Amino acid sequence: MRIESRQQFDTAVAAARDTRLSKGREVWVCCGTGCLANGSKAVAQAFDDRIREDGLQASLGLYHKTTGCHGFCERGPLVVIQPEGLLYTRVRVSDVPEILDRTVRNGEVIPRLLYKDPATRQSYAKYDEIPFYKHQIRVSMRNIGRIDPEDLDDALAHGAYAGLAKALFQMTPDQVIAEIEASGLRGRGGAGFVTARKWKACRKARGDRKFVLCNGDEGDPGAFKDRSIMEGDPHGVLEGMIIGAYAIGAHEGYLYVRDEYPLAVVNVQKAIEAARERGLLGTNILGTGFAFDLRISRGGGAFVCGESSALMRSIEGRTGEPRAKYVHASDKGLFDLPTNLNNVETWADVGAIIVNGGAWFAGWGTERSKGTKAFSLVGKVKNTGLIELPMGTTLRHILYDIGGGMLKDRPFKAVQTGGPSGGCLPADKLDLPVDYEILSENGSMMGSGGMIVMDDRTCMVDVARYFLKFLSEESCGKCVPCREGLKQMLLIFDDIVSGRGKTGDVERIERLCQGMQLGSLCELGKSAPNPVLSTLRYFRAEYEAHVGRKACPAGMCRDLTAYEIVQESCTGCHQCPKVCPTEAISGGAKMKHVIDQAKCISCGACFDVCPEDCIRFFPRAEAKEAAHANADH
Amino acid sequence: MPTLTIDGHTVHADHGQFLLAACRSAGIQIPTLCDHPAVEPYGGCRLCVVDVTRPEWNGWCKMVVACLFPVEDGIVVHTASTRVIEVRKVVLDLLLARCPDTPLVRDLAARHGILATSYVRNQQPTDCILCGLCTRICDRMGMSAIGSVDRGAGREIATPFREPPAACIGCLACAEICPTGFIRYESGTARRKIWDKDFDMLRCPRCGRSHITVAQADFFAGRGGVPRSYFEICDVCKRKDLAVAATRLACATETPAR
Ligand SMILES: Cc1cc2nc3c(=O)[nH]c(=O)nc-3n(C[C@H](O)[C@H](O)[C@H](O)COP(=O)(O)O)c2cc1C
Ligand code: SF4
Ligand code: FES
Repeated sequence: MRIESRQQFDTAVAAARDTRLSKGREVWVCCGTGCLANGSKAVAQAFDDRIREDGLQASLGLYHKTTGCHGFCERGPLVVIQPEGLLYTRVRVSDVPEILDRTVRNGEVIPRLLYKDPATRQSYAKYDEIPFYKHQIRVSMRNIGRIDPEDLDDALAHGAYAGLAKALFQMTPDQVIAEIEASGLRGRGGAGFVTARKWKACRKARGDRKFVLCNGDEGDPGAFKDRSIMEGDPHGVLEGMIIGAYAIGAHEGYLYVRDEYPLAVVNVQKAIEAARERGLLGTNILGTGFAFDLRISRGGGAFVCGESSALMRSIEGRTGEPRAKYVHASDKGLFDLPTNLNNVETWADVGAIIVNGGAWFAGWGTERSKGTKAFSLVGKVKNTGLIELPMGTTLRHILYDIGGGMLKDRPFKAVQTGGPSGGCLPADKLDLPVDYEILSENGSMMGSGGMIVMDDRTCMVDVARYFLKFLSEESCGKCVPCREGLKQMLLIFDDIVSGRGKTGDVERIERLCQGMQLGSLCELGKSAPNPVLSTLRYFRAEYEAHVGRKACPAGMCRDLTAYEIVQESCTGCHQCPKVCPTEAISGGAKMKHVIDQAKCISCGACFDVCPEDCIRFFPRAEAKEAAHANADH
Repeated sequence: MPTLTIDGHTVHADHGQFLLAACRSAGIQIPTLCDHPAVEPYGGCRLCVVDVTRPEWNGWCKMVVACLFPVEDGIVVHTASTRVIEVRKVVLDLLLARCPDTPLVRDLAARHGILATSYVRNQQPTDCILCGLCTRICDRMGMSAIGSVDRGAGREIATPFREPPAACIGCLACAEICPTGFIRYESGTARRKIWDKDFDMLRCPRCGRSHITVAQADFFAGRGGVPRSYFEICDVCKRKDLAVAATRLACATETPAR
């Protein structure tokens, strides 16, 4: 039924709370993309079947549902039992009867299914006591994992659209903008532009037809925060967009979602339809006369389509290519009409800010970066996943307290932040608070919040090359510095990592970087030098070793690295011959092993498997010299 | 009327004018490769970069492309600052690596002191500088028969599915606007061939000269308003007709006076 007044809204929320918040126990099965891949659909089905068969719903007042991603995908499928807040990890279909019997019926904890901290071996029963969750503060992700994304009533029961109701019934558009301004919210999609300022400019722009857009392109490799938000709490995004449209005076909007996100597309589409049906979207929203409707636009998946001008061209049905932005989108954006574009996470923050007030959000963070921010933490840390933290949290806290420290306790080398055009920060920057300006001043950036942790077995030249390669493939090729510059830069890097580096290469790289930064058309080309410049800034010696001594100090560049077994420490455990793909290692069990340099391809498999740390890598150039010296004798 | 300073000269520009035009009207030369009066500015070659600043910016400059930057009152423009020249050189150096044998590129590079590229010379030299003039003029003509395919360094100008383009009418606008002669075509009295598509030529009923393709005449006539026969007569004959008509008119007006 359509909601057409404040009173009807309150009644609808009360009714939703009545049916969706159980007085007994609740079983939440995570059905985010990560958990689905681990088989959570079958687990959810098994709960469904069992609960129905045994009539548990009625007898125990049990309520069960599937939710979006909890961010801890590597432990999936995840099941949460409320009201205790128990978290069961890696749940299988065969565990379902036991969970229902022991936990749901009798309140017993099943120790086997609890999360065990890999560092301390401690088990945690409660969701919010687990270090990975304990430090998090979730605003944009407030309802992910808590609501069934396909059930509007469940969302209403958990506070969705309360911000919209407040904005429409109690606030003028200017008051809404003032509240967003007080929150200090800045764009979560990359550049960190002040959201209120953008809204204000678009509100002021002349014209009756304006657009509100949501950027759900999320092209950064490995990033998945926007996907998780769209999948797990699509209503949070819609609510933000409707509030934004009200503030700006827009009546039409598009949600640009990449095609590789089918579940996000489905969930957002369902949310749009459900919201329309209840009068939260469309004409006469909540009976106030305000009209705003939304459509999904599916992006072809090119990274550059996430760039604002390219995204707008793509929605228009033209080639998704950037154009010069000397005229702001707030004046001339989609179809050359006033347009406001924000990232998924930015939109998802809006509803909560309106409900709780700008000051509440601004209570977290640093002077210039307020509120909380989602990060995807990946790489060589023990706990990886999606997290949301106050701005200003130090990198060290993120890596060690939430990430649980380095995987296999190897030494930390660098953390790459900000996505492919971000930068790498070394160990002495770990105490930096995460803040837009601080990250940029140190040669990296906030970007969309990607964080890749690297250990000592990482070659920083190769890391830079990896990102260059990605960017060169994603460059649209419209402008010369980016298209030809990335191509040439990559050729120089290919030479450097394969031992063909020449004196002057580093200077040539630097000159190209400057040309690209200043000369490129869009931010892709302008920021593409970041991974190069930041690694040059902090790891220049590694470049010099590659070019000068033809040595890779991390022992990762195969063409430059040779391996040998230190005979004194080899115990003959016979692990290394088993993993060598070229059978280059001789010596049977209990015998000393030897690597045949002619057969070795320097893959490092033996190094990684050796329990005694008795495999040594050294520059291949030295091996050649030694061979020459031997031949001479 | 916006007033700006370009390399120390005070210049009065028109509202909505782009900086490149303002520079040129002040007699300041700026190299360009993708700009052309027949099409919308594009901003692809990046040769027309200039530094823009304002007195209150305390020395901070932003680099923009002149072909797309709308003039603003009070701006101070430097068209040949050290970094502007440096960016142009990097761009030309890179273009020369891509098009090492293309006279236009070689000349422009040489004028900036670059005689050989400092990067890796293209293994398959091409004359296409990807200025986008051909695709833009084709769009402008209303055909959009050609476009750019692939991304990054693999970008190319091509026809859809690399087949003879269905929408092409053989007007040769692309080939004529191409600054390097990269787009090849053959045109004879009976047939014309471009983008691997064959066209029959139309002979002017007056002089017999083959002047446009049948497809062109069909397309223009299809747009309505003017009968097909109008397009069949070649421009030369049309001009002749016009001249004859004008003379007649002149005689007619002179007669009564006599
Ligand atoms: C190459 C490139 C890719 C981008 N990709 C995204 C993206 O996937 N998602 C996104 O929100 N912003 C992306 N951006 C940033 C957008 O251009 C834009 O700044 C942002 O969507 C604005 O929203 P915000 O102010 O809420 O951050 C990208 C920018 C560039 C240059
Ligand atoms: S900088 Fe790169 S991605 Fe951006 S317009 Fe130029 S070629 Fe395209
Ligand atoms: S003429 Fe301005 S970028 Fe090419």
